[in-house]
Amino acid sequence: MNEGDHLLAGLCRRAFLRSALAVAAMPLLPVRAETGVLRIGLTPVFLDDQLSFLTRWRAWLERRLKRPVAFVQRGNYREVLDLVRGGKIDFAWICGYPYIRYRHELRLVAVPLWRGRPYYQSYIIVPAEDGHSGGLPDLRGKVFSYSDPDSNSGYLYPQYRLTTLGENPTTFFSRNFFTWGHRKVVEAVGVGLADGGAVDGYVWETLAETHPALTRSTRVIERSPEFGHPPFVARPDMSASELQRFRAVLLEMASDAEGAELLHLLRLDGFVAGQPSLFDEIRRMAARVRQI
Amino acid sequence: MIALADLSLRWKIPLRVMGAVLGTALAVTAALVTREYDEMRQNLDAHGKSLARVLANTLVTPVLHDDIWRAYEILQSARDPTAIAPELQADVVLVTDADFNVFVSTRPREFPIGSSPASRGGVYGRLRAALVKTKATEQQVIEPADSVHYFVMSPLVADGVALGHVILGYSKISFVPRFIGLVGQAAFVTLLVLLLILPFSWFWARRTGEPLVALADAMRRVPGDLEVARLADLPKSGDEIGQLGNAFRRMVGELKHKQELEDQMLVTERLAAVGRMTAGIAHEINNPLGGMLTAIKTYQRHGGGDPLANQTLSLLERGLTQIRHTVAALLVETKLQDRPFEPADIDDLLILVEAEAHARSVTVVIESPLQRALPLPATLLRQILLNLLLNAIAAADEGGRVRLGLNSGDGMLRFSVCNDGKHIPDEQMAYLFEPFASGREKGYGLGLWVVYQIVQQLNGGLSVDSEPGCTTFSAEIPYVEN
Repeated sequence: MNEGDHLLAGLCRRAFLRSALAVAAMPLLPVRAETGVLRIGLTPVFLDDQLSFLTRWRAWLERRLKRPVAFVQRGNYREVLDLVRGGKIDFAWICGYPYIRYRHELRLVAVPLWRGRPYYQSYIIVPAEDGHSGGLPDLRGKVFSYSDPDSNSGYLYPQYRLTTLGENPTTFFSRNFFTWGHRKVVEAVGVGLADGGAVDGYVWETLAETHPALTRSTRVIERSPEFGHPPFVARPDMSASELQRFRAVLLEMASDAEGAELLHLLRLDGFVAGQPSLFDEIRRMAARVRQI
Repeated sequence: MIALADLSLRWKIPLRVMGAVLGTALAVTAALVTREYDEMRQNLDAHGKSLARVLANTLVTPVLHDDIWRAYEILQSARDPTAIAPELQADVVLVTDADFNVFVSTRPREFPIGSSPASRGGVYGRLRAALVKTKATEQQVIEPADSVHYFVMSPLVADGVALGHVILGYSKISFVPRFIGLVGQAAFVTLLVLLLILPFSWFWARRTGEPLVALADAMRRVPGDLEVARLADLPKSGDEIGQLGNAFRRMVGELKHKQELEDQMLVTERLAAVGRMTAGIAHEINNPLGGMLTAIKTYQRHGGGDPLANQTLSLLERGLTQIRHTVAALLVETKLQDRPFEPADIDDLLILVEAEAHARSVTVVIESPLQRALPLPATLLRQILLNLLLNAIAAADEGGRVRLGLNSGDGMLRFSVCNDGKHIPDEQMAYLFEPFASGREKGYGLGLWVVYQIVQQLNGGLSVDSEPGCTTFSAEIPYVEN
């Protein structure tokens, strides 16, 4: 091996190390207002724990946007929400409930299409061996599992439902706890840790396809009316052109071969621009629950 | 039990040695297994305590924040369903709050959140009692006898205040497979060792038993078959068994000697009885015989010349004379006054047998250092020696040898006559010295009888030793020096 080769090898190694470090640090990148990197916040409104999928999606977005993309994940909705509201990240895929709460700050970018429509439901589930519970009222005095206090399907809807039944949501259950993720609600109910739980219907149905053993240990006892699907939102100070560009990429995802493949992995059919009125039902429920 | 007691030492000793070896192996195995078991238990205790401590420390925050799911995830992460050592896997983990209600558990269905494990009664009620008794900040290991679990309890302490407890329930049965594996392993090693040791032990034990068995075998043949018993292959060691063997050989020797003496005595007594009877008959015959012969002589001297009578009387005289000679031969008389036996008598004997020896081409050798006359009756001694020499020449093979050895000293004349002819069969030996016992066609069979009677009357002893190629008659006759 001559000197040139050594040099080359050294360079290659350094370059490799740098890129390896970059890859490793990717999901953990500190949140700084760099113009170069587009930061997208993710929440467990979809199955956000599939790292290989996220890697492919990021690469696809980078090709389409012609700029680096970084996904930002946090332990709960609240943190992601704070980041996007504070302008520390550019876009975020959040739930309809926080969007309604901060609709004057956040800007709607796109709404996913599930089974061809921009709607989804909240499911109330119980352990499979519970054969007698027929609805939420039957779970009085039981242990109940919510996904996230900022989730529509995993928190707001059961709260609202109890309210309309004339119950006090804080005392209706003997105990309740948050799992900070829809999938974990399914797990908690499946193992019997909770006697019931509220979960994103889209997540439950997707799990039923990809992890049938998980959903088989639960039983859906109630399905809510349809609500607007968790949307992509942009930070308050996002420029219109940039918002439009990102929206366009999302909207044309279904017409691109790889984009369609990625969408299929999420069991989604595409994105539409969507209207804030899509979330009127959630706004109505939130208003009702807040009155109490 | 009786069957076992009756078992031969050939089997008993090896079996006992086997028993001892097996017993030792079992004891060692049991000790090893017990030690391993203790070690396993200690490991388990230590592991349980450290896991409980780690869990207790980790769970403080979720319990403080009432974060059930987080606590559950922590419990789950402490589980390893593919653990190499399943016995180190807690069967159930309970986290209880300060009131001993379930905060979270690894088995939510059995221990629902908020329920009291004590309400299930039994073991868990006693756990609570145990918790009440001890200081809130101490770890405890509780092993209820009636439970399939034993428990390691660690308090959840924040700032000196007990928030609750982490209770690890380990299955007592879960280390049974490991324990069985351990026993199996130990049994395998023991078996291997036994396979190596047992053949040696068996061989060694058999060797220990063999001399005793041989001794017992030999002893069974006493007193019937003394010769076989004497020749038995007995141990020749210096230990007790060897000593026993020596004592046994001595005993058999003495028994044999005694038996020989008895046999000899029997023969002597029989001969003495025959002698007495013969002497009595001979006297009874002799008395009228003398008168008859005298009457015949008187008739011949003074009787008429009737030729027929003379011829008849002559026939009678010859017959009576033959009877007299026979009777005289039977009636050995030693009371006669005789001259002493001199060396010249031996030379005479040689001349007397020469013709017979020459006829059969037998060489007669006489070895006699006798230099002076002995105070013994010469006629009788000559008769003994002549009879023995003639017998020997007759018994010797054609062209064979006969040897007469003779010496004296310490008031005893000893002599022996031997020939190299066929030996005397055993069955004939017992009757050898009886009258008319001769196996030969020639003669009356009185030669040895006469020899025996004379030796007896001279207070001597006569013996015969006959082996193929060498038959020896030996005699010892005492005399009194003037």
